[in-house]
Amino acid sequence: MIQVYEWEKPLVELEERIADLRKFVASQGIDFNKELTELEKKAERLRKEIYENLTPFQRVMMARHPKRPTALDYINMLFEEFDELHGDRTYRDDPAIVGGIGVFEGQPVTVIGSQKGRDTKENLVRNFGLPHPEGYRKALRLMKQAEKFHRPIITFIDVVGAYPGIEAEERGQGLVIAECIEQMSFISTPILCIITGEGGSGGALAIGVGDRILMLEHAWYSVISPEMCATILWRDSSRAAEAAELLRLTPADLLKFGIIDDVITEPIGGAHRDHGTMGQQMRAFIRRYLAEISKIPADELVERRLARFRAIGKFTTERMPKNE
Amino acid sequence: MLNVFRSRPKYAKVQRTDGEQRREFPDNLWTRCDRCGQMLYNKELEKAMHVCACGHHFRLSAYQRLSMVADEGSFIPFAPVYSVDPLGFPGYGEKLVKAQELTGLDDAVLIGHAQIDGYRVILAIIDFSFIGGSMGSVVGEQLTRGFERALEEQLPVVIFSGGGGGARMHEGIFSLMQMAKTAQAVGRHSRAGLLYISVLTHPTMGGIYASFSSLGDIIMAEPGALIGFAGPRIVEETTKQKLPEGFQTAEFALEHGMVDMIVKRDEMRSTLSRLLRYHVRGEGK
Repeated sequence: MIQVYEWEKPLVELEERIADLRKFVASQGIDFNKELTELEKKAERLRKEIYENLTPFQRVMMARHPKRPTALDYINMLFEEFDELHGDRTYRDDPAIVGGIGVFEGQPVTVIGSQKGRDTKENLVRNFGLPHPEGYRKALRLMKQAEKFHRPIITFIDVVGAYPGIEAEERGQGLVIAECIEQMSFISTPILCIITGEGGSGGALAIGVGDRILMLEHAWYSVISPEMCATILWRDSSRAAEAAELLRLTPADLLKFGIIDDVITEPIGGAHRDHGTMGQQMRAFIRRYLAEISKIPADELVERRLARFRAIGKFTTERMPKNE
Repeated sequence: MLNVFRSRPKYAKVQRTDGEQRREFPDNLWTRCDRCGQMLYNKELEKAMHVCACGHHFRLSAYQRLSMVADEGSFIPFAPVYSVDPLGFPGYGEKLVKAQELTGLDDAVLIGHAQIDGYRVILAIIDFSFIGGSMGSVVGEQLTRGFERALEEQLPVVIFSGGGGGARMHEGIFSLMQMAKTAQAVGRHSRAGLLYISVLTHPTMGGIYASFSSLGDIIMAEPGALIGFAGPRIVEETTKQKLPEGFQTAEFALEHGMVDMIVKRDEMRSTLSRLLRYHVRGEGK
C-alpha cells in the first residue's frame, strides 16, 4: 500500500470508488459509462485542485515520499549501461552516495547521486541518505575522474543534509563539503545537477554546483530544513509547515530567484505514482540540457559557471530604513 | 556611529559589545570567566587581550580583534553594502537594525585593506554579535570582493571567522549560495598562487565552516574555539550518543588533522607576521 498524505485522501478515495465501480460494471456487464465519465471528470478536477495548489510543506512531504524514485532508480531507467564505482580511497565506501559511469543515449557520463533507502533495512545501509565525509570524497574523486576523461557529470540530489554525527565531524564533514564545492566549481567538464527530492543545505550544495541546475516539481532546496528552521525560530519543529512558507524553497520561488534553470514537471500526483512516466520526463530534460552544456567550449564552461554564482546575492548600497 | 568609523580609518578604541561579558556585574568593572569562574577586573582582562589566566579566550568584537591584529591606523574599510530582506522574513529587518546598532558594523563582517606588522593584506573579521556572525548576501559579497581585490593587487588574505550562525537562515537560498560564491572566490585567488590564512575563532560552524573558512592554505584556530559543521546539540540529538570530551574544540580539530595549528591570542600577530614573511614575493613588504 502506497503511503497517502492527508490532503490526498479525498482523491484517493474517489479513485478507489471508480476502480471498484469499474470492476463491478465489468463483472455484471451493465452500462454505467455515463456515471463513470462523470466520476472521472470529478477526479480530474480534484487532482488539479490538489496538486496545483500544494502548500510549500506539502511539497516537502511529496519530496520525502518513501516511494519516490531514488538516484539508483533513475540510473536504472535512464542509462543503457552503468558500472558503479565505490569508495573514497581513504576511509570507506559511503552507501549514502552512489556514483559511477553510465551510458546515456550512447554517451558515457559520470553519474553521482545521494541515495536514500526504500525501507528501514535499506535505510540503515544508506544511513537514511545522509552522507558522511567519505561520501563527498568519493563524489569529488569521481568528478575529477570525469574531468580527466572529458565526461560530462550528472548529479541527482536528494539529501536532507550531511550527516550530523560524531565520526562525521571527526573526519571533517565541514571541510570536505567546502572542498567539494570549491573543486566542483572549477571542474572543466559539463555538469548537470538535478534536485530530485530534498535539497538540504550544504550537504546538497556539495554536489550541486553545475552549469545547469534543474529541479523536480515536488522538490525543495534551501539553506535549512523547515523542521530545523522552526526549531530555531519557535523551538518547535512541529511548526515546520509555517517555516516552509517563510523559506521560499519551492521550485517556482527558486526559478524566480534565478537559482535554478528549469523545473521538471512530474506525473500528476507526484513522481512516486508513476516511475515510468517520470523517467521519460527526466530523460527528455537530461537530453536537452546535456546537449546544451556540451556545446559550450571547454574554456568558457568554468568561467560561465563562476559568473553565474558570482552574481547571486541581494544587497544594497543604501542602509535599510529603520521602520521596515 | 558608522560614519565615525568610516571617516577615520584608524580603528576605534576597544569597545565592549559582547553581551556575555556584561552579564555578571552591571557596573561593567568585572567579568566572570566562563571556564574557571574567576572574577576578572575588566581593565586587567583588556590588557591580557581578553584571555583569562586559566587560558580561556573570551570572544572578541570585530573592532577588538582588529586592534589586536592590524597595525595602528592601517585599516581602510571597503565601501559598505547592506542587507536587504530578500524573502520578507519576519523580524529580519529589525534584527539587522539592532545588530547594526549593537556592533557598529554594517553587517557581520568587517573587511578592508590592512597591514599586519607592515605586511599589506586584505583582512576580514566576522563578528559573532551580528546575528551570530552568520553569512548572508552581504558577508558573501564582501568576502568575494576581498578575494577579488586581493587578486588584483596580488595580496594575501587573512580571515578571522567566528561565525557560529553559519549561513544566515533569514536569507534562505541566497545565503546557501554564498557558500559557493565565497568558495569560488577563494579558488580563483588560490589558483593565482596567492596566500590565504584562515583563522578559526570561537565559534566557527555550519555554512561558514563548510565554505571559505575551511579553504585556507593555512588554517589556524584559537584555543578552545568551537569548530564544526553540525552544532553539538544536533549531533547529540541525532546520534543519541554522549559527545566525547572536548568534542569540536580547536584541540579536537587539531588532533583529527583539520587545522594546521592552534595559536594563542598573544602570539597571533607574530605568527601571522611570520607566515606572511614566508610567502613574500619579490621586493618584500
